[in-house]
Amino acid sequence: MTSLLAVYLREMLILRRRLLRQLLAMSVSPLLYVLTFGLALGGSVVVDGRSYLEFLIPGLAAMSSMTQAFAIAGEINVARFYLHVFEEFQAAPVSRWSFVLGETLAGVTRALLAIAVVVLLGLAFGVRLQYGLAFWGAVLLNSLAFASLAVGMAMLVKTHADQALLTNFIITPMAFLGGTFFPLEALPSWARTILSFLPLSHASKAARDGAFALPTSFFPYLCLFGAAVSFFILAVWAVGKARD
Amino acid sequence: MLKIDDLKKKYGQTRALDGLSLSVAEGELFAFLGPNGAGKTTTIRILNGLTRMDSGEAFINGVSLAERPLQAKRLCGLTAQHANLDGELSVRENLDVHCRLYGLSKPERRRRIDEHLAYVEMEDRADSLVKTLSGGMKRRLMIARALSHGPRLLFLDEPTVGLDPAIRRRIWALIKKICLDGVTVFLTTHYIEEAEFLASRIGFINEGRLVSAGRPQEVMDNLGQWAVDVFGANGSETRFFRERSEAGSFIQSSNGAGSIRRVNLEDAFLKLTGRRVK
Repeated sequence: MTSLLAVYLREMLILRRRLLRQLLAMSVSPLLYVLTFGLALGGSVVVDGRSYLEFLIPGLAAMSSMTQAFAIAGEINVARFYLHVFEEFQAAPVSRWSFVLGETLAGVTRALLAIAVVVLLGLAFGVRLQYGLAFWGAVLLNSLAFASLAVGMAMLVKTHADQALLTNFIITPMAFLGGTFFPLEALPSWARTILSFLPLSHASKAARDGAFALPTSFFPYLCLFGAAVSFFILAVWAVGKARD
Repeated sequence: MLKIDDLKKKYGQTRALDGLSLSVAEGELFAFLGPNGAGKTTTIRILNGLTRMDSGEAFINGVSLAERPLQAKRLCGLTAQHANLDGELSVRENLDVHCRLYGLSKPERRRRIDEHLAYVEMEDRADSLVKTLSGGMKRRLMIARALSHGPRLLFLDEPTVGLDPAIRRRIWALIKKICLDGVTVFLTTHYIEEAEFLASRIGFINEGRLVSAGRPQEVMDNLGQWAVDVFGANGSETRFFRERSEAGSFIQSSNGAGSIRRVNLEDAFLKLTGRRVK
């Protein structure tokens, strides 16, 4: 347990040193999306009886939870390939699951900060929604899933450049196709079927339903929970693999 | 304290370790010498759980590394070849994270951090960011960190590589002190004089195998006491003699072309492996 906390604490100490820079960096993309898609392009668009900006904010929160949770992979890569601090963890009596959980929680913490930034940004533009348990539950599970995936991927890549490729091929397409910017119901059924395999599609739907105080379905939460558990197991396996 | 039996490791088609067996007694300062690619760092990486062994056994104070890795790791400290510190954290924070990894309580952490900062004479830099430290300070901090959880066996992988001679001497004094305080030290080095100065016993590794081990003087005595370097048209050659008079006679018979000197560890290595220590 203390080793798990040590892994988490190290990431938090680094985050604390960079907090202002990090918060500013977390604000840039959502702000641009709000200005370009929310206000400029979507100013006159109405989705399911709500303004496009109201539709966009929960989706952006879900997307930010994904991107920022996954960004922990970059920190792990720096520790592994440049600082070689990862060797400290490997040489210490730290179990694989303690390491994965510590790094995953660090990813979730970053994600929660990013979600708070999006919520505050929404409030600044006059978007007031229901940020209750249904909303936070969805984004939290989504963060857990992508932080676990990030730890796993960070252990499997051979160079830092490979990590950037993974982000380009997995995270960026998901950000645009996972229901952040448009309702998936607008797509043909075959496309909806394919996109239903993306965890972000479920996170966007659950976060949006929660934020709009609509009746909650457990299915998206179940999918996100399943993804989080699967990715966590993958990450624990990958830590052992990293020794080779 | 350390027992390795028939350790093997391959990277692709390359045999990094090819049946390495050795043992290090409690309280020894064992220097592990060999050329680049001989298997020194692979050995240390395996013994510290950074790399998986293909086959063989390793025991730290009787604890099997394969069967009880976490327990074995608690007995070891590691100072890696490169400065694997968090530059954005302070000296104290680096040590604190390390002590937490080994499960030390808060009062114990505080006590040990203060104690080990004093040990490496860095109390005044406790709150400095690591990225502001010099290379020598970083090395001392790494040693303090490796000792801070109270290991019985300390692995030092090239502890003075890249340091200037004055700082190297300071690190040597620190390593001697560590050993005198009862910690067994397993040291890899490229520097023959480092091994000669520090080690109570040395081992030569070449192509993944231990080719010789013993006290430095024993290893050198196996060759003789005196060496003559002969320089000819086909390059240089070194001949070894028990007595100085024998070496002198040899030079006379070679028309005076050669120089007499004491046998050193590099001679031993060259003789044993046919390769220069780089």
